[in-house]
Amino acid sequence: MKRRPNYLAGFGSLVWLVLIGLPLYVMLAATLQSRPDYSSNGPLSWPKHFTLSNYTQDFSNGFGHYFLNTLLVTLAVVAIVLLLIPPLSYAIVRNQGRTTTGVFRLFLLGLAIPSQAVIVPMFYLITKAGLYDNLIGVILPTAAFSLPVCALVLTGVMREINSELYEAMAMDGATPMRTFFQLVVPLSKGGLSTIVVFSALQAWNGFLFPLVLTQSDSSKVITLGLFNFQTEHGIDVPGLLAAVVLSMLPIFIVYLFARRALVQGLMGVGGK
Amino acid sequence: MTTTDSSRVGKRRPALRAGARWPGRRSGASVARPGFAWAAPATLFFTLFAVLPLIMVAVLSFAEWDGVDALSFTGVDNWKTLVHDHVMLQSIWLTLLTTVLGVVVQTPLSILLGVWAAGKQRNRAVLSAIYFVPLLLSATAISILWRALLDPNFGVPSQARWLFGDGNLFGHQSTAIGVLIFVGAWQYTPFHTLIYQGATRAIPQVLYQAAAIDGAGRIRQFWSITLPQLRTTMVTSMILMVVGGMTVFDTVLILTQGGPGTDTTTTPYYSYVKGFKDFQFGYASAIALILVVIATIISLVIVKFSGYDKMRSSSEGL
Repeated sequence: MKRRPNYLAGFGSLVWLVLIGLPLYVMLAATLQSRPDYSSNGPLSWPKHFTLSNYTQDFSNGFGHYFLNTLLVTLAVVAIVLLLIPPLSYAIVRNQGRTTTGVFRLFLLGLAIPSQAVIVPMFYLITKAGLYDNLIGVILPTAAFSLPVCALVLTGVMREINSELYEAMAMDGATPMRTFFQLVVPLSKGGLSTIVVFSALQAWNGFLFPLVLTQSDSSKVITLGLFNFQTEHGIDVPGLLAAVVLSMLPIFIVYLFARRALVQGLMGVGGK
Repeated sequence: MTTTDSSRVGKRRPALRAGARWPGRRSGASVARPGFAWAAPATLFFTLFAVLPLIMVAVLSFAEWDGVDALSFTGVDNWKTLVHDHVMLQSIWLTLLTTVLGVVVQTPLSILLGVWAAGKQRNRAVLSAIYFVPLLLSATAISILWRALLDPNFGVPSQARWLFGDGNLFGHQSTAIGVLIFVGAWQYTPFHTLIYQGATRAIPQVLYQAAAIDGAGRIRQFWSITLPQLRTTMVTSMILMVVGGMTVFDTVLILTQGGPGTDTTTTPYYSYVKGFKDFQFGYASAIALILVVIATIISLVIVKFSGYDKMRSSSEGL
């Protein structure tokens, strides 16, 4: 069916493109010029003298170290999620007893626990556990708060596995353990990559828990580094925006090479 | 019980060995089912780091704690203070206002963009890839970017006085709220666009073909087919917007610091300030508890509306 082009939609989409693209352009352009140039030319101009000094300066201001901290937190969170969620979802889908149904409801209600609401008790618990200003103290709550979405996503995926396959496994006398590794895990690869991407993004972009649970420079993650940079040297816009670009660079690279998995992960609860 | 030996395709009978460690309910020749032990670690972890803190919010709301000394219980003192705290009452109003405005702005935008992006045209695919870039940025990064762009002295408003008046968008309540709504829309519309894009693609083409035969134009098709078919998605998307909007924190902290004065002090931000700036952790907990109560009511609505817990297949709903 051949249709004439939709001019109105085309126009609207261009307006949106400007709204999204312009700030991104300003951000990139600002990071490539020196601070005096940016102040005198204003945010909308293209740099006349290219420089990468903003980036190198961020690195010498400790961003390399914050970067490593964030990476560590992210890897640990993903590891915890991968260790806990697949067995949980398997039990929810296959056990179907009253207890596991109750557990599933617990995680569903957990979707609605806002992390903003628990920062005080979290601060109390982490301090009492002697984990204040320690990356472990950031990792544990960050992982816990990405569990509900991951459980929901992976349970949805595992429910799609045909029950005849389980019966075939049972005919072979397979235990739950063997069924899990030979049937369930291979057939939920899509869901697994979704929860990896989702939890990695949550950890990489996490801000609130690091804000209230860490203090010193040695345990600072990159989002907190950005925030401190803004409050302390907010006037150095090119340097600040260069740090913003650095913080999103790894995610952007994943976006270029694995867009599908990333988009699925981003959608998390909303997507399928 | 390691990964390697259980994933090996051995022909020995692991039933006894594994059965002993993972007490599954096995009856006769029926399928071996995983026992509760499989769900236990995740449940324990989640209980410890999410459910327990939630319970503690309620307990701490009846206590006083400055973060250093031992905590002391003060009965309903915090609650007595709270009902007379006009900043608190105003913060609830501001939270609801920004949430509702967020939904009103983002819903039509993301439906239109989602339906547009669902088209298979090549240029739409390319543009969509750019539209989704804000998804990659953290809320912190987005807020910092807009704070710099909208800076009264060095940002865009200083160059476009005809549009922005005195250029100090952060200096008045209405424009400061406007900035929060705008940045929120910039940040979250791509996500909801993505949801609507997926849902639009799932609408059976045959409906459109039938409508075209009946002579329905593009706009008529949008109102009579696309929108009704997106109804369940709208419920999901709006609920996510409401829950997300009620708990916006980073944006307020970085863009307005609740100001001017307390004019954009929303409930989550006020709770943070009371706790981590004024060191009244008990009072901060009482504020947080109000937030939890509202969020719980909404979550019950989610479960009721979507029937998530009763679903047996992901193709239901959504």
